[in-house]
Amino acid sequence: MVGIVVVSHSAKVAEGIRELALQMAKPEQKIIAAGGMADGSIGTDAMRVSEAIVDAMTDAGVIVMVDLGSAVLSTDTALEILDENLRARVRIADAPILEGTIGAVVEASVGSPLEQVLATAEGAREMRKCL
Amino acid sequence: MSSFTVAALEAVADTIVQNKELLTSLDAAIGDADHGINMARGFEAVRVKIRAAAPGTDISGLLKLTGMTLISTVGGASGPLYGTAFMRAAAAAQGKATLDPDGITQIWSAALQGIKDRGKASRGEKTMLDAMEPAYEAFVEAVKAEKSLVESLDAACEAAKEGIEYTKTIIATKGRASYLGERSLGHQDPGATSSYLMLAALTEFCRSQQLGA
Repeated sequence: MVGIVVVSHSAKVAEGIRELALQMAKPEQKIIAAGGMADGSIGTDAMRVSEAIVDAMTDAGVIVMVDLGSAVLSTDTALEILDENLRARVRIADAPILEGTIGAVVEASVGSPLEQVLATAEGAREMRKCL
Repeated sequence: MSSFTVAALEAVADTIVQNKELLTSLDAAIGDADHGINMARGFEAVRVKIRAAAPGTDISGLLKLTGMTLISTVGGASGPLYGTAFMRAAAAAQGKATLDPDGITQIWSAALQGIKDRGKASRGEKTMLDAMEPAYEAFVEAVKAEKSLVESLDAACEAAKEGIEYTKTIIATKGRASYLGERSLGHQDPGATSSYLMLAALTEFCRSQQLGA
């Protein structure tokens, strides 16, 4: 089952999204929050993200959900410091972080492969709320 | 060389910490007002880490320690950007026990490429590259003209300063400042400024050590 990492500038945001997503998840599913800095301040920490990717890793790989600007840069940096064989099994979703995470978690929970989970997460960009 | 490298990195860290207010006020004008706070937090952590590093840690090891510390303590985009620069610099410095102008050129080139790769940016987008790339080119040219190390660094500082002035005349297309569009005109880029400050500190350090004078 594809693992999910949630990277936000805010620890509360990352934790909150994880909490919401867990409602849709299988008990054994890995959803790891990697928000904020070690000292509790706002920001993203590439070391923390790389540890979260390792924690979330399964044979099926990991999707990383990101919020703003430096979350992407920190995740790219995290990938650079990971082992190459792990790196090959990680994708960063270009998607809204909350809706994308929910979509990814549901898709992963049915055992879909990495690229399909990525496509579903990124599909959240097109999701209408008010019809 | 090890204690020398520690002292050089400390000089860089000191200047960032001393200029925390300046960098934050520049960022308040066109960004999210955290560049000085973030950079100072990162370099305070760097100061602690490099002082605690095992004696005899080589140049590459100290640069790597600096990069790894920045990526996990700065918090904003400058963390992964400068962190990647120092980590790529560390890779280029591997096996080097001393640094001559050619070695510095190689290391600087790797660091510059790291920032371009990480930020997917190029010159003219109102970023640190607008100071750092002309500075690198001026350094390379001065070294080719057989200027001393300090003279070459002085030429690089001049070019970086001109680069900062140039950032006032262009619109930001990368990072938080890009949300401002034309309203970013007239303001100097905080990242270009922090790049210049680090370079200037390194230059003064080399001058104080009477290197290649």
